Amino acid sequence: MIEKALKGGPRYWAWISFLLLVIVIGFMFYLRQLSTGLGITGMSRDISWGVYIAQFTYLVGVAAGAVMLVMPKYLHGYKRYGEIIIFGEFLAIAAVTMCLLFIVADLGQPMRLMNVLLHPTPNSILFWDMIVLNGYLLINLIVGYNTILAMKKNVPPPGWIKPFIYLSIPWAFSIHTVTAFLYCGLPGRHAWLTAIMAPRFLASAFASGPAFLVIMLMIIKRVTRWSPDPEAIQNVARTICYAMIANLFFLCLEFFTAFYSNIPGHMHPLKYLFWGLWGYNSLVPWMRVSIIAGVIGVFIMLIPPLRRKEGFLILGCAAIVLGTWIDKGVGLVIGGFIPNPFEKITEYQPTLPEISITLAIWATGFLILTVLYKMVIYLKERDLAVE
Amino acid sequence: MGINRRSFLKIVGLSALGVSSGAWEVLQPGEVDAAHGHAAAEHGTKAAVRWAMVVDMRRCKEEKGCTKCIDACRLVHNIPVIDNPKREVKWIWKEGYEHAFPDTHNEYMSEEFKEAQFILMCNHCDNPPCVRVCPTKATFKRPDGIVAMDYHRCIGCRFCMAACPYGSRNLNWVDPRPYIREVNPEFPTRMKGVVEKCNFCVERLAQGLLPACVEACHCGALLFGNLHDPESKVRRVLRSNVSMRRKPELGTHPCVFYLV
Repeated sequence: MIEKALKGGPRYWAWISFLLLVIVIGFMFYLRQLSTGLGITGMSRDISWGVYIAQFTYLVGVAAGAVMLVMPKYLHGYKRYGEIIIFGEFLAIAAVTMCLLFIVADLGQPMRLMNVLLHPTPNSILFWDMIVLNGYLLINLIVGYNTILAMKKNVPPPGWIKPFIYLSIPWAFSIHTVTAFLYCGLPGRHAWLTAIMAPRFLASAFASGPAFLVIMLMIIKRVTRWSPDPEAIQNVARTICYAMIANLFFLCLEFFTAFYSNIPGHMHPLKYLFWGLWGYNSLVPWMRVSIIAGVIGVFIMLIPPLRRKEGFLILGCAAIVLGTWIDKGVGLVIGGFIPNPFEKITEYQPTLPEISITLAIWATGFLILTVLYKMVIYLKERDLAVE
Repeated sequence: MGINRRSFLKIVGLSALGVSSGAWEVLQPGEVDAAHGHAAAEHGTKAAVRWAMVVDMRRCKEEKGCTKCIDACRLVHNIPVIDNPKREVKWIWKEGYEHAFPDTHNEYMSEEFKEAQFILMCNHCDNPPCVRVCPTKATFKRPDGIVAMDYHRCIGCRFCMAACPYGSRNLNWVDPRPYIREVNPEFPTRMKGVVEKCNFCVERLAQGLLPACVEACHCGALLFGNLHDPESKVRRVLRSNVSMRRKPELGTHPCVFYLV
């Protein structure tokens, strides 16, 4: 099947070459990071996690988002998702792969990665995150591979993958819950020490993952002869809308608890992110854009006549992807480190090498996604020709 | 011959037990981390030694601008001198009161107090969050209470830096060796990409010596001793003075005490 990804027009090859170029540039910077150390990034003694861990956190959400298609299809028998579910599973594979790459990119001593397996430590949440992420990747590889094999032969997928599909549902919840636990169990980091971290992560995941998928499907609709069922897409849009409303609601809850209780430690990170604190305010424009984008996204998704117009649908999904990406991929991690344990502020600015490595990992994810989607599209177009 | 039903059930049962005991450990972090400290104490099987430090700020204030303890630590432990605060490595350092004890200062305190520079270091907590989160056991708690590190096992994930509420941990963002002024061959230098922090001079204690900072302090502001010995110097001063610890509300049980 993989050979189908080697056939394509000039536009396809231009896209692949672009991705490869980004990967090569990032890889060269990664070699420099390996020899110099993490000192070539913008991270510091105070902001000890940066853009790598933030992307990791966001992409765990994108991966978990696929469950919003799996659940209606397999638990409620919603047949319309049958056509597009494979795109969700393949998105999960690409997203989890990026997560794992971001973890490796973030390590100070990546050659010692296997120490996590050699010295398994169940009291570390990172140990459980390793298990759930690799498990989720494996489940999606098993299900995705057998689904596409069945598609190729025009037969229904084998019955034995059903348990894996059902397992993937709680497992999707687990990956983002465990990822939230990385943060919300740490004493003294007020922005993270909140019991609704996991629900907030899940709400944001169930908005951003499907929104990302809708954008991908709309691109596929434009560049191939196959197009997804519009009613299925509308239903995904409804899910995105509910999830995003829940996500914004949870954010309001964080504000209420911090500001009504009036506890300085709880107010500081939110003040820093949305208004600036003690003269430091470099993330304020980002966070405000995040809120505005989220509200615009919800507005479009909430109004059926708007949502049914393809241009608005894409705009709404893009706004939600942007809003959730800033929220988790920028604000969450940095906000947790500000102010530092001495109530001082060090700000964070990613460096060129750091950004290049980040883009390269995203490009790797898009390359995997492109190759996987190309195979699906080949089969969909083949079936169209038969009809 | 495949496995029969009985042995299959045995395996399933045993693995379920394994998973649940793992989960139990997560929910009982205090027990896991402090198996030798707290738990032992509660069961009356106290470890013989529990090292602790007392910083007597009344004596420390006497000599303004003194850095003898910090210099001694730097020499003994090959600590790099990096001017950039984003990249610096420090095991023992000074911080003003409002930074050392945030949320506890008020504007009416005496000038003397406001100006005092508190000596900070790793608190060697009884219930250390850094040990709880480390995915490789590269940082661990010894039976004598010292939170130690294996620099060769650390993968540089920096989970411990996020977990430490005292900002006591440092990553070597770059190769530290060019920044070491005078190498002490008795103690290992570190490489880039690993975390390090104060180790209560565990290597000196093994030789029956006091920690380097304690030995270097001529004001008698740093006292070091065994908390589990009621007659030790630290126990005696803690008995007869009001002491405080950093962020006690977090339940980490720091073993560095301050007299003010």
